[in-house]
Amino acid sequence: MIRISCPFCGPRDHAEFSYGGDGSIEYPALDAPVQDWHDAVFLRENICGLQLETWQHVHGCRMWLKVERDTMTQEIRSVTPAHPGLASVLESQA
Amino acid sequence: MTRFSAWNVLWQGITGQKGWTRQWRDPEPKSHYGVIIVGGGLHGLATAYYLAKNHGLRNVAVLEKGWIGGGNAGRNTTIVRSNYARPGNRQFYAHSLKLWEELSHVLNYNVMFSQRSHIALLHSPSAIDAAARNYNTLRRTGTPDAEIWGLEQLKQAVPHLNYAEGARFPVMGAAVQKRAGTARHDAVVWGYARAADQLGVDILQNCAVTGVERDGGRITALETTRGRITAGKVGFAVAGNTSRLWNMAGLGRLPIESHKLQAFVSEPLKPLLDQVVVFGMGGAHFYISQSDKGGMVFGGDLDWYKSYAQRGNLPIVQDVAEAAMSVMPCLGRVKLLRHWAGVVDMSMDGSHFICPTPLDNLYLNTGWNYGGFKATPAAGWWFADLIANERPAPMIADFDLKRFERGLQIDERGAGPDPKLHG
Repeated sequence: MIRISCPFCGPRDHAEFSYGGDGSIEYPALDAPVQDWHDAVFLRENICGLQLETWQHVHGCRMWLKVERDTMTQEIRSVTPAHPGLASVLESQA
Repeated sequence: MTRFSAWNVLWQGITGQKGWTRQWRDPEPKSHYGVIIVGGGLHGLATAYYLAKNHGLRNVAVLEKGWIGGGNAGRNTTIVRSNYARPGNRQFYAHSLKLWEELSHVLNYNVMFSQRSHIALLHSPSAIDAAARNYNTLRRTGTPDAEIWGLEQLKQAVPHLNYAEGARFPVMGAAVQKRAGTARHDAVVWGYARAADQLGVDILQNCAVTGVERDGGRITALETTRGRITAGKVGFAVAGNTSRLWNMAGLGRLPIESHKLQAFVSEPLKPLLDQVVVFGMGGAHFYISQSDKGGMVFGGDLDWYKSYAQRGNLPIVQDVAEAAMSVMPCLGRVKLLRHWAGVVDMSMDGSHFICPTPLDNLYLNTGWNYGGFKATPAAGWWFADLIANERPAPMIADFDLKRFERGLQIDERGAGPDPKLHG
C-alpha cells in the first residue's frame, strides 16, 4: 500500500487518488508542428526508477498534485501542488 | 530427445519411466548467432521456433534473463479468444486461433488447449446492440462461432451465475465465442522450447542483456551476463521491459507504458465452471475460468498507475473480490491460494507492435497490453516472418511504430491515447 502525503490533506492511502500520468511532458504550443504534438501525446520515456507524475486527490481535496515516485520500489520522494501558484502560496506559509 | 506418442507413454510406463531424456539442451553461448531473440517468454520462443521451422534458419538463439516462462508467460490467466472486431486485429487473432487449434500436434506437446467457450456477460440493451454489431462483423469475416445468447440459453449453460433481478447490474445475455478457451501456459512455453531446440535453436537461460553495441544504424553485439555475443539480426520480445532495452540501444521514446496486472488462483474445487466468463460493466472488469487442477483462475483491472514492480496492490485485490462476489456469489467462502502481478506493455491504442525499428537489423515485438497469451502463435509466426524476410507482411503492416503519425489508432476499446485505460 502506498501513502501519498497530500500537501492539503496530509498522508492518505493512494486508493484516494487517481493517476494522471507522466508529469514531465510539456505540451507544445497550439500552432506547433503536428510532429511535436504526436510526440507529446503518443511517446513516453517509460522510466524504470524515479519519475515525475501527476495524481489527483479525487476522494479528498480534488487538487492535482505532482508526485516524484520510484516506479520500481514505489517509494515517494516528493509531493507538491501541480499549480505553481498554489505551490508558492504553501511555501510562503511554511 | 524422446518423441511423445501413445506407444512411448505406454512403454515408459511399463519400464519405470527411465527412458525419458532432457526436453531441451542447456548449451553454452556461441560467440555469434545469425538471429538473437531477446526474451525467453512465449513470444520469444515461438518466434525462434517459427524462424527455424518456417524459414529454415538454424543459427538462432533465445536469450532469457531468468528461466524460460518465468515472466509474464507464467503470470497470465491463459485465456485464448479471437473476438476482436477492428480490421487488423480481427485477421491477426483469427490466424492465431487457427494456429492454437493445431498447436499440440505441431509441437508434439500437449498444450491442453481447451475450447470451452468465452462468455462475455451483457447487462443492458445497448451493450447487447454493441456486442451484436461486433459479433455480426466477426461472423461475416471468418469467425462463425461468434454468437449472441439470450438469458435462457445462458442460464442453461452456466447455471450458477448471479441472475438475481435485484442485482446492481442484472445479466441480460451474453456474447459468446465457442472456439475460444484456455491453454496450459507452462506447456506452451515448454512445447515451443522443446520444438525449437530440436531444430537447433540455442535457449540460453540466466543470460540477461546488459548492453547493446551499435555501429551507426546497426546492432553489432549484445553484452550479456554470459559474455559478449555478436548478432546478424536482433529481435526484442521482452514484454514489460521493452523501454529499458530500447534505452540500452539508445533509441529514445516508445508509445508504451509499463503497467502491472494482477491475477489470482483459488484453492482447487470440484468442477464448477466449464467456460471462461467475463464481466465488464461500468468501472468493473472481471474474468474467470477453472483450471484443470480445479483452481478458479481470475483477474480484473490494472493497478491504476504505471509500475515496473512485479507485485500488486491491495485495493485491486478488494476490487476483484467484489467483482467475483457480484458475478459468482458461490465463491464467497472459497480461499485464495495465490495472487501475483506481471508487468505489461500498455500501448497508446491498446494494440500491439510487430515491426522494424530505426536500426537496420533490429526488430520489435511489444505492446501486448492484456492480450499477449492468446496472440502467442501468430505473434511468433509473423515476427519470425518479419525477421527472416526483413519486411512486414500485409498481416502486420499496420502494427508499426509510425501508425499514430499516420493518424491510425487500432483502438478496440475506444479509450483514446491513454495506456492505463486499455483494459
